[in-house]
Amino acid sequence: MPSPLETAEHPERLRRVAIDPLSRVEGHGKVTLLLDDAGRVQQARLHIVEFRGFEQFIVGRPYWEVPVMVQRLCGICPVSHHLAASKALDRVVGATGAHAVPASATAVRRLMHYGQVMQSHALHFFHLASPDLLFGFDSEPQRRHILAVAEAHPEIARQGVLLRKYGQEVIRATAGKRIHGTGSVPGGVNRLLSDEDHALLLRDAPQMVDWAAGAVALARRLHESDAALYRHFGEVPARMLSLVRPGDGALELYDGVLRVREADGRLLLDGASDQDYLDLIEEAVRPWSYMKFPYLRRLGAEDGWYRVGPLARVQNCSFIPTPRAEAARQDFVAAAGGRVAHGALTTHWARMVELLHAMEVIAESLHDPALRAGELTASGPRQAEGIAAIEAPRGTLIHHYRVGDDDLVSHCNLIVSTTHNNQAMNEAVRAVARQYFDGRALTEGLLNRIEVAIRAYDPCLSCATHALGRMPLDVTLRAADGRPLDRLLRDGDGLCQPADPAGA
Amino acid sequence: MSAMPAPLLVIGWGNLARGDDALGPLCLERLAAALPPDRRAAVELLVEHQLAPEHALDLAGRARVLFVDCDAALAQPIAARALQPQRDASAFSHALSPAALLQVYQQLHGAAPPPATLLALRGERFGLGEPPSAAGLAALDAGVAWALAWLAGGAAAA
Repeated sequence: MPSPLETAEHPERLRRVAIDPLSRVEGHGKVTLLLDDAGRVQQARLHIVEFRGFEQFIVGRPYWEVPVMVQRLCGICPVSHHLAASKALDRVVGATGAHAVPASATAVRRLMHYGQVMQSHALHFFHLASPDLLFGFDSEPQRRHILAVAEAHPEIARQGVLLRKYGQEVIRATAGKRIHGTGSVPGGVNRLLSDEDHALLLRDAPQMVDWAAGAVALARRLHESDAALYRHFGEVPARMLSLVRPGDGALELYDGVLRVREADGRLLLDGASDQDYLDLIEEAVRPWSYMKFPYLRRLGAEDGWYRVGPLARVQNCSFIPTPRAEAARQDFVAAAGGRVAHGALTTHWARMVELLHAMEVIAESLHDPALRAGELTASGPRQAEGIAAIEAPRGTLIHHYRVGDDDLVSHCNLIVSTTHNNQAMNEAVRAVARQYFDGRALTEGLLNRIEVAIRAYDPCLSCATHALGRMPLDVTLRAADGRPLDRLLRDGDGLCQPADPAGA
Repeated sequence: MSAMPAPLLVIGWGNLARGDDALGPLCLERLAAALPPDRRAAVELLVEHQLAPEHALDLAGRARVLFVDCDAALAQPIAARALQPQRDASAFSHALSPAALLQVYQQLHGAAPPPATLLALRGERFGLGEPPSAAGLAALDAGVAWALAWLAGGAAAA
């Protein structure tokens, strides 16, 4: 394929480095680098090495089960799948146009969704990214963990936990349960917000907005502490795709129209309906990864890739419709000097701008009486097909179903956020490889840079299942003839130890 | 955001759609059915998809905590051990281990977490849409019996 460093001319002559989390988790990722005799990177790839097959798991099920079932896709953003499925199946039950989903149901779903985005962003920034950002990429591996953050910055860690807890409470109050809730159904919801939950959420909302604003300020301070690093680390100019609000292009995470900007900020496409996603997007398959590579049809598989998620959304929208997040967005834009920011680490700042926006939306929506009174569901003439897009924490999420007369799902197609970002993540790996690896000795710190670039996208590669004590890194150096030369293991405590290469 | 918590907390986690990964949640389902009515107020059963940092808040105010999960590396059907707060790290995962969760508790509260035990149930099949394996179900039976004894104060970590 087109990208430099994606495929080397003579891979058999190169030595291989693999960053391979050995887990049985769903869709787990592996990075491989091929180095020539001078230690220069000739090929770099992020692979997804397990077939997911979730769509086939859905086919044959009654459509009304789907919004609950799809939550098993993901342990960290099940609500996004719950709502995307519900929105798609709204069309199947005819809840459109004159029979549209009631305003009260939409209000509850929106509150649920922004609670989900808020808690997911808080988890990523405070618990996954902040150890790298606060301590540096070359710090001891043991320090690059939330527990070290908690020791060195206890108030930051505490706020992170409580922000996430608040988001989980929003989900519980609207979905009925903290996980695998049933609140959203095709055509609407099955509950409104109780007076008791409303009072609890309202009481803590101002504090959460202030902490969210503090998180934005922290992300900005980190960026300003080393602006060149943050701007250029893993920098990959890319098109940006996201939903925006129809008409004014405001940031919109629950429902909107699709917009695409070029990497330099020019509008390429605007106002496209999610119902036409198949005209807009196609997915390519490459033999070395189970994860597909989506691209814009009009530009072709070689050139049509794009980025989704916070960094794309914050720069793709025309403005953010809540005041403090909009001021934060303007600061973000100003810091980039009028250019579009494409550095992987700038994603963290953008993500915190969205965290603040989500919390502002939650606080504002709690004053909407529709959350506690009104119709629950609507329906109209039954349809055979339903499509919907939503902005999940990691980016645009598309669900598409066909349902037979027997009410069983006959076709299911899901394009999840991490899949949209497949090419962008691969390009980020290559950018870091070019920037840091060429001709240098391999160290744990260098390998961590690869992970930092991937982590900035917050990919959901490994959260669907888990096992006790099974998430090490296994790095093996091989000679050009495939003989293992050296091996480094990083165990569950983050400690690196040499290992017998013969055991690789 | 809640009233006085029950003194005993049991957390079971896993993906119900992935074979033996469901053993933790299934164990709690069985415990809910088996608990004598006069014991139910003293026990909270919490089913999760995975452990995350905010679960540290669920540990507060408990007398004892039991974590229940499947374990693909276990030789015997079940194993139980006392847990201590401990750091760990993961590459791309969003999930915490139970020991790391105890460490988060310690950092957040500035105090030792309540006594905690991990009950591991042997799992061997994790395919999407698969039911639990025969070995997994046998481990589940043994695990439920062990957990009921733990709830009654009679089981000790091995």
